[in-house]
Amino acid sequence: MKFGVMKPHRRNQLLLICILVLGLGLALMFTLRALDSNINLFYAPAEIKNGTPPIGKRIRAGGMVKAESVRRASDSLEVRFEVTDLQGSDFEVHYTGILPDLFREGQGVVATGTLDSDGVFSAEEILAKHDEKYMPPEVAMVIEGAQIQEASAL
Amino acid sequence: MIVELGHFCLVLACLLSLLMVVLPTLGLSRGQTSLMMTAKTLAAGMFVFTLLSFLALVQAFVVSDFSVGYVARNSNTLLPMQYKVSAVWGAHEGSFLLWTLVMSFWTVMVAGFSRPLSLDMRTRVLIVMAGLSFGFYLFLILTSNPFERTLPFYPSEGADLNPLLQDFGLIVHPPLLYMGYVGLSVPFAFAIASLWGNSLDVSWARWSRPWTNVAWAFLTLGITLGSWWAYYELGWGGWWFWDAVENASFMPWLIATALLHSLAATEKRGVFKSWTVLLAIFGFSFSLLGAFLVRSGVLTSVHAFAVDAERGLAILWFLAIVIGCSLVLYGFRAWNLRSQVTFTATSRENLILGNNLILTISALVVLLGTLYPLGYEAFTGGSKISIGPPYFNAVFVPLMLPLLVLMALSGTSRWWKTDRETLLKGKLLTFGIAVAAAVGLTLMLPSPNLWVIGIASLSIWIVLGLLQALALQVANKRDKMLALLKRPVGFYAMLIGHMGIAVSALGIVAAVTLSEEVDLRMTPGSEARVDVYDVKFFGTTAVQGPNYVADQGRVEIRQENTLITTLFPEKRRYLASNSVMTEAAIEARFLGDLYVALGEPLPGDDAWAVRVHIKPFVRWIWFGGLMIAISGMMSVLDQRYRSRKKRSASVKADTGVLEAAHG
Repeated sequence: MKFGVMKPHRRNQLLLICILVLGLGLALMFTLRALDSNINLFYAPAEIKNGTPPIGKRIRAGGMVKAESVRRASDSLEVRFEVTDLQGSDFEVHYTGILPDLFREGQGVVATGTLDSDGVFSAEEILAKHDEKYMPPEVAMVIEGAQIQEASAL
Repeated sequence: MIVELGHFCLVLACLLSLLMVVLPTLGLSRGQTSLMMTAKTLAAGMFVFTLLSFLALVQAFVVSDFSVGYVARNSNTLLPMQYKVSAVWGAHEGSFLLWTLVMSFWTVMVAGFSRPLSLDMRTRVLIVMAGLSFGFYLFLILTSNPFERTLPFYPSEGADLNPLLQDFGLIVHPPLLYMGYVGLSVPFAFAIASLWGNSLDVSWARWSRPWTNVAWAFLTLGITLGSWWAYYELGWGGWWFWDAVENASFMPWLIATALLHSLAATEKRGVFKSWTVLLAIFGFSFSLLGAFLVRSGVLTSVHAFAVDAERGLAILWFLAIVIGCSLVLYGFRAWNLRSQVTFTATSRENLILGNNLILTISALVVLLGTLYPLGYEAFTGGSKISIGPPYFNAVFVPLMLPLLVLMALSGTSRWWKTDRETLLKGKLLTFGIAVAAAVGLTLMLPSPNLWVIGIASLSIWIVLGLLQALALQVANKRDKMLALLKRPVGFYAMLIGHMGIAVSALGIVAAVTLSEEVDLRMTPGSEARVDVYDVKFFGTTAVQGPNYVADQGRVEIRQENTLITTLFPEKRRYLASNSVMTEAAIEARFLGDLYVALGEPLPGDDAWAVRVHIKPFVRWIWFGGLMIAISGMMSVLDQRYRSRKKRSASVKADTGVLEAAHG
């Protein structure tokens, strides 16, 4: 192999490849870091009751809004309600703000927020979506999972 | 009866698409021109029968024929007429019928407006499009037939169209978006046809350019409109959520944007040949992936409809076959394709390379974020995660900044070789002016910040760069006006498109960093101060709409005691489905919107939760999108395609014209 002055188009190609590799590497690094810090894990009511989720980390949790559990503050937009898997596990959610149009007692809900050491979930965002056929897949899983456990316990 | 005829027409169209694959292919292999020529007629037949089938479904909606299951699920006798018609594409089955209609429309356009192509090439393009159509028809007829009757026991009243979809935005959003999605099948078909015919010369790039531009323009319009619709209709005041389905339309857009730049380089300079082919393949593959994500229900999304694993699997198979076959063909024919052309570091080719690199990586990081939850679930055995908007913002924004810089440099660049001096001439000066202007303008805002200053500087720098490009065109020309008039339309299309990006970028950064968003508990007569505005709530009154009842609030917004506007936001309850919906009231202004939405009634004193948003410059986002779409439509009017028409008209030759320019 001969070393010496590179031909201009060879030099360009090398430059190109270097830029490419550098660019891709940087993009990959940023991407993985961003991914890593933005994964929101989903937890079911039973897991929250067992204390599985980390305290103070951003997570998602969901189930059915428990019937007759929604309480509104009289002087602010704070609202409290309980989320249940219909099989005996539930947890309390605190939220300040406007609830989505589809939010109802007895319907599926997914909240994003943090859990404190008392087992209270402070939600930053509440998602509700339903019709006769549809419930969020996470919630469907919660209900099904709890029912299976119930059945196998019997 | 008409419904059965519609179903019959659909089956006929499906058979025609199969014939359109078989006959011309036979013609190709036997060299029989007459067989190859059938493609054009078959394309016309396919379009006509799909249109008839579509009209039959429209008719079923118009007369509220609830014996058709799809109509019963998505319409109602109380529904206003325009929504009865748009309800045709309000759910999975009908919207896929629209998809096939659009597909047959593009096919017939290609058949009619591609005379300049050699018969072989044209036939191959049409065969590919017919093959895709056949797949779509099969999927529609076998898994998602909108004409299915629910006899003998059918409901006397329909379940109603989802209230969110009862809106002007939904009448036009899907057709535009599908024109874009499906339109990307044209450059795909061109790429596959030239791989198949082993004719990967520069001409395929030339002929697929106008099609790509138009499809891309429609996609841009569709996305822009969708964003605007989400803003005023969903009642949260957001305009982009990085929702899986939004990403599904954004990824093909990113790839198509890369494609139309790289097509330009391939046509003008013969570079990036095999890369351009790959982009054409991936552009359409991303369209199909989008269809899969929307229609399979694998991802939680605001948009997802048709939660049906069987359909999802069918689309996934189709996707796998299309991508698999394309890549195998690509592997055999294009992967060792070398172009003999060189270019230098400061050439336009290099800038386009940078553009392609950034856009492709952007599409990939969006793809990663969109599919990651699926992969995670599969590998961890069912753990559900979500990837929030912070991920997308964190990776997407740093990628867009260098793209804006490239854009600022692009106007004065030349093919093959730009003197470093010409390229960078005045760039420092214009950058200085841009920063000074940005700082000056931003300081006039109530709460300036570095993001706004930065993006404003870049945007102004881009616009100045475009003006420089304009000046460069007339430098050394005696009659400057004439010189400007003689520039091809494509050049002005480029100016407007890039300016559109600058306008959108400004709108985005201002709307994100300067917005003021508060949720308030308000009783009748109470007042609150938001930003520089005084907001007064006067309580609600009951009003009645055609198919809903509503509580209509009255909100006055004042600035320094002068009334700016009175807004009437509504909380509606739709009678048929008993679903509640927020109708925001928006005072749209050039420099920023005032946005008020009713939350929910609160206990005590007739209080309501009221959402008030101040959104500076938010309209610029969509205005920029409109400019970008216009630029895509414009670039097909380019002289190059028209002068060919004249020439062919005079010599009556079979080659020369690309009437596609008017498509």
